[in-house]
Amino acid sequence: MSDPVLTLTAVSKSFPGVRALHDVSLSLQSGRVTALIGENGAGKSTIVKILTGIYRPDSGEIHVGGAARHFSSPRDAWAAGIAAIHQETVMFDELTVAENIFMGHMPVAATGGVDWSRMRARAADLLERIDAPIPPGLPLKRLSVAQKHLVEIARALSHEAQVVIMDEPTAALSANEIDDLFRIVEQLKAEGHAVVFISHKFDEIFRIADDFVCLRDGEKVGEGPVASVTEAELVRMMVGRPVDQVFPKRDVPIGDVVLSVEGLSNATEYADISFDLRKGEILGLYGLVGAGRTEAMQGLFGITPTTRGRVTLEGRPLAVASPADAIAAGISYVPEDRQDQGAILSLGIRENVTLASLGQYVRGLFLSRPLEIDETRHLGRRLAVKASSWEQRLAELSGGNQQKVVIAKWLATRPKVIVLDEPTKGIDIGSKAAVHEFIGELAGEGLAVVLISSELPEVMGLADRLIVMKEGRIVEEFQRGRWSAEAIVGAATGARRDAA
Amino acid sequence: MNVPVQPGQQDRYTVLDTAPRRLRDFLLSWDVILVILFVLTIVVNSLVSPYFLDVYNLADATSNFSEKAIIALGMALLILVRDIDLSVAAIVALASMGIGYAAEAGWSPTMLFAVGLGIGLLCGVFNGALVTRFRLPSIVVTIGTMSLFRGLTQVILGDQALRSYPQGFLDLGQSYFIPMTETGIPWLFIPPVPLSFLVFLVLALIFGIVLHRTAVGRQLFAIGSNPVAARFSGVPVNRLRFLLFGLSGMLSGLAGALLTARLGSMRSNIAVGWELDIVTMVILGGVSIAGGVGSILGVFLAVLVLGLVTFGMALNNIPGQVISVYIGALLIAVISIPRIFERLRAWRAGR
Repeated sequence: MSDPVLTLTAVSKSFPGVRALHDVSLSLQSGRVTALIGENGAGKSTIVKILTGIYRPDSGEIHVGGAARHFSSPRDAWAAGIAAIHQETVMFDELTVAENIFMGHMPVAATGGVDWSRMRARAADLLERIDAPIPPGLPLKRLSVAQKHLVEIARALSHEAQVVIMDEPTAALSANEIDDLFRIVEQLKAEGHAVVFISHKFDEIFRIADDFVCLRDGEKVGEGPVASVTEAELVRMMVGRPVDQVFPKRDVPIGDVVLSVEGLSNATEYADISFDLRKGEILGLYGLVGAGRTEAMQGLFGITPTTRGRVTLEGRPLAVASPADAIAAGISYVPEDRQDQGAILSLGIRENVTLASLGQYVRGLFLSRPLEIDETRHLGRRLAVKASSWEQRLAELSGGNQQKVVIAKWLATRPKVIVLDEPTKGIDIGSKAAVHEFIGELAGEGLAVVLISSELPEVMGLADRLIVMKEGRIVEEFQRGRWSAEAIVGAATGARRDAA
Repeated sequence: MNVPVQPGQQDRYTVLDTAPRRLRDFLLSWDVILVILFVLTIVVNSLVSPYFLDVYNLADATSNFSEKAIIALGMALLILVRDIDLSVAAIVALASMGIGYAAEAGWSPTMLFAVGLGIGLLCGVFNGALVTRFRLPSIVVTIGTMSLFRGLTQVILGDQALRSYPQGFLDLGQSYFIPMTETGIPWLFIPPVPLSFLVFLVLALIFGIVLHRTAVGRQLFAIGSNPVAARFSGVPVNRLRFLLFGLSGMLSGLAGALLTARLGSMRSNIAVGWELDIVTMVILGGVSIAGGVGSILGVFLAVLVLGLVTFGMALNNIPGQVISVYIGALLIAVISIPRIFERLRAWRAGR
């Protein structure tokens, strides 16, 4: 093989409480497509952010074309010839295609102003090079998602990028648009660019990639030519470890059906979601990002309208039009997005804990602070919230403690069913263990739990039963003890069954 | 750092029930700044003019700002939940016109107040429906309805004035609701109180209690701090916002009735420009324009400070334009003070 275009050597990156990347090395060859694979949270995005100058690694080196580089801003990465095309395009909707392509490095005329005609001509050239018939003068907002990707590719070429990173570029594309995109990837290869391709879809990886690098928990666990592995081997690499020992599973007697969902659907994101949930049961809900798990549960909770479906709680039909209805009926939903949807950071612990159950603390007409404090202290101690006082603002707490407060808020509503959406996402190891322990405890007390998680060890460790969703539908159901990590990931990614 | 938590070992550390209070935080709190400003205003004004501390003068002064202050209470809640109602002054005009015509038709004073409240409520409900049903930003909607309501008044009235009101109605605006009462003990008396100021005092008390002591009040703070999380927590966000717009309209209608009774006549330019005076009261009162922060006590104090500053300057024959310059400077100074102290502290810490 020739000299690599870009190498990462022993790169590590940590965030408070999370080791995002540990000692990862990889090299990219000119004219080859390298697939970066791994579960959600394995470290793929961290690598992309390091390569594009958004994060600085704690240790390790980046070499581009043989020379060591330090990126302190996205501009440095552009200058070094690295360009990324993101999952959700980050561009300027109100500006024209040409302006988007040359944003930050517009050609300058002798007068010192922007040389508009040269810019438009060069934009047209670049678009022609990738066979994209888009008028450079069109405002970006008039383009489809696929066309926007093409503009981003043109932007990458305008920087003479040697390395083009594509972060799930096909997520929002139709089959034909994907074909077009792949044709351009082939062309980039032929022109000697190195391409990094990130996708959850195995068929795409086998179709377009030459090499792969597999990550798990921030470490590189495998690499090589794609031709030398099978899907089954890749899945095993991604999942990797014996998961059943990670979290001690409690033995909880499982009772009667509490919640029964039949044919829950909405217009676009999920269809025909049906399941029963029993007292004391933990039901895992696994799937890739975008599989519709969150959307379906938010429909159940009354955040977004559903178009069809029947929900029965303890044998009685239930009509939920708003979260208030769901809370009154005994359903709680702990959202994934803690900062925006779960916690109110500028309010104190007490005000957060009591917000969803304010009626309980009213005496006469007024809120009783002693009652609020009693409940806050009770739940806060149970969840081992660490704070200086129960009035401390949530903004001053760690992510793990914020999450505990959010969970306390939902427990204060005395739910029968609690849906936890990625409850341990982005929190430190200590709090994570406490949350896991606590989920088991809740089930032990007879609560019915739905656990949405993209972390396989977490769902496999905690769940009694597991539902896998893919593209808005339930594709597979597993019973505890009769599942394997490979089979679960296979169902979620749509890898061939025989391979898995 | 975080230590893995062992079950059954939760009481290793204590969490206090109340936050420790620091004197400096208290002294720099908005309400305290306003109290200092209030005292300063009284002291300076009474030194400059011998007429300032006259009970009758003060009573008359209150009626000059009480109508605005009543509307400011509703505005405070709207700004607290990240909304605003710029159509309030136009609602005052529309309500006042309705009252004028009803008065010409011979309706009783009670009915005239009902007309004002009713028109205000309708206008407010219209604003609220546009904002919550169509998810339009309230600043845009109410700039639109400000033109709409004021324009309607101008089209219907032209340059005509309405000036025939029943005496009972005019008495409500022009005489003291509570007369000056001596108790016989020197220095102890019940001061004369105009109806509008009394209404403001009662409403301020009710608003303060509702906002700071009830579940609904807590929900308003939650909406202002994070509307998404509030909705996820079962707070009926849009229903409450809708109600606040209705309330704001109703308070504007009430203020319109009081103002009409005080003036004894109305034209289409009645209460022009009030919306910004009212927003000034609310901002000076410490309600954050970003939402989620504020107190009725702060708004109450700001109303008094602004009212007495204006009154004091008018007593000294300072023209209105100069008063306006002074109030603008005051507002900027007061909202900058906490920031300046913050910077100063950061600068000292960084040195």
